[in-house]
Amino acid sequence: MAFFGEVIVASARWLRRGTGPRAAQVLEQIDRCGPGSLPVVLLSCALAGLLVAYMGGAQLARIGAQGYIADVVTVGMVRELAGLMTGIILAGRIGSAYAAQLATMKAGEEIDALRVLGVDPVSQLVLPRLLALVMVMPALYALGALVGVASGWVAAVGAFGVSSSEYVQQCLRALRFTDLWIGMMKAVLYAALVAMAGCREGLHAGRSAQAVGEATTTAVVKALVWIVAAAAGSTVVLTALGY
Amino acid sequence: MLEVHGLAIEAGGRIVQSGLTFDVRRGEVLAVVGPSGSGKTTLLRHLVGLASPRAGRVRLHGQDLHAGDDATLSALRRHFGVMFQSGALWTSMSVADNLLLPLRLFSRLDARSRAQRVRATLDLVGMADALDLMPAELSGGMRKRVALARALVLEPELLFLDEPGSGLDPPNAARLDALILRLRRELGTTIVMVTHEVASVLAVADRMLYLDEQACTMTALAAPIWLLDHGPVAVQAFLRRQAGAGPAMGEGVV
Repeated sequence: MAFFGEVIVASARWLRRGTGPRAAQVLEQIDRCGPGSLPVVLLSCALAGLLVAYMGGAQLARIGAQGYIADVVTVGMVRELAGLMTGIILAGRIGSAYAAQLATMKAGEEIDALRVLGVDPVSQLVLPRLLALVMVMPALYALGALVGVASGWVAAVGAFGVSSSEYVQQCLRALRFTDLWIGMMKAVLYAALVAMAGCREGLHAGRSAQAVGEATTTAVVKALVWIVAAAAGSTVVLTALGY
Repeated sequence: MLEVHGLAIEAGGRIVQSGLTFDVRRGEVLAVVGPSGSGKTTLLRHLVGLASPRAGRVRLHGQDLHAGDDATLSALRRHFGVMFQSGALWTSMSVADNLLLPLRLFSRLDARSRAQRVRATLDLVGMADALDLMPAELSGGMRKRVALARALVLEPELLFLDEPGSGLDPPNAARLDALILRLRRELGTTIVMVTHEVASVLAVADRMLYLDEQACTMTALAAPIWLLDHGPVAVQAFLRRQAGAGPAMGEGVV
């Protein structure tokens, strides 16, 4: 919890006084975590969309309602699965990288060198990474959702006899703005949790090579647990609020 | 300039030294020596504010390093530079950027002046050609010199060096000693140096702070040059007697 507090304080200081990461630092981090993550995010979301379409379609076909496959895939991907799958991929790919980078810096006394200058490591190292991942996530989420819905089309048309035009029209009818902003909000939250888990474990790692490995593993596990907890918690809260 | 009073320092949950009281005088080179595990590097970390003491005070220009808030500590840190044992260069930045970051954050120089200061500081340590190199492309000795340049770039009045000669071959170690003497002579920099290298202690230090389990002793150095021809046991015995700690078991008499 103390680390979350430090990040909030550093963010407030940056907004008030401008003492924080430069645009170049954030852009560098975006370049590192965005484009490289896209292929595996798209693949995962495509497979998730296919999975939802087959499972949903099999159940709906029992009652002759396979025309509603599009609804299941669209709402499922947009509201929940695209963000969740993307968050999980980023936890393994980016969260671990953040932890490894910062833990290696700690082992090499680079963090001490910043502190001794009077530079806050949270401002200099954590905020650029957090901002980059939060800024990159909406694009990854949106493309992942699109690809997931498109792969649902493959199952609906190929396996359950739904026509292409019927699938597309049903998708557009099922898509609500509420589902879109909820899915986007959750995705951004997962991105923030991944960045925080990775940076936290990296900054608090020991000073040995073994500690770097442990920090990396712990960061991924922590990020996954936080994502699942956030997904469950937000679903309960939003449902209770009528969303 | 720097006063330490009743300092108790710990590492790994264990108190390694207590009751440390000494001062660092302006313009001197103070060597901190002692056997492994005596707390030399731990002491250095407390002197630069990277660790908080169990007891006691560290005062720089009369201000307590550990008593104020972060802003006060940051202001005090402008007075000194630190060269870490491993160099601790920021590996994602070039040599030039390693020096530019402190200038960009804490100096009022414009971009051109910052670039000039970087070049001049690297020239001082003999690394003027390394501007665009990354730390991974440097040898151990080169990394140490760039680290020293980074510690000097804000023109501090006090310099802390952690094992500056460790990992260096004798010619490079001697070159670094000569640089330390030059800094003291030309810039009037006060230097606190943690070291195992007896030759460096004898070559550059004005006073020596000897740490071991039994004693923490400050002594001025009057080193006979012939001592360097004798083995390490004899030299250690000499240093212990200089510190008034007495000979250890099995040590011969020089």
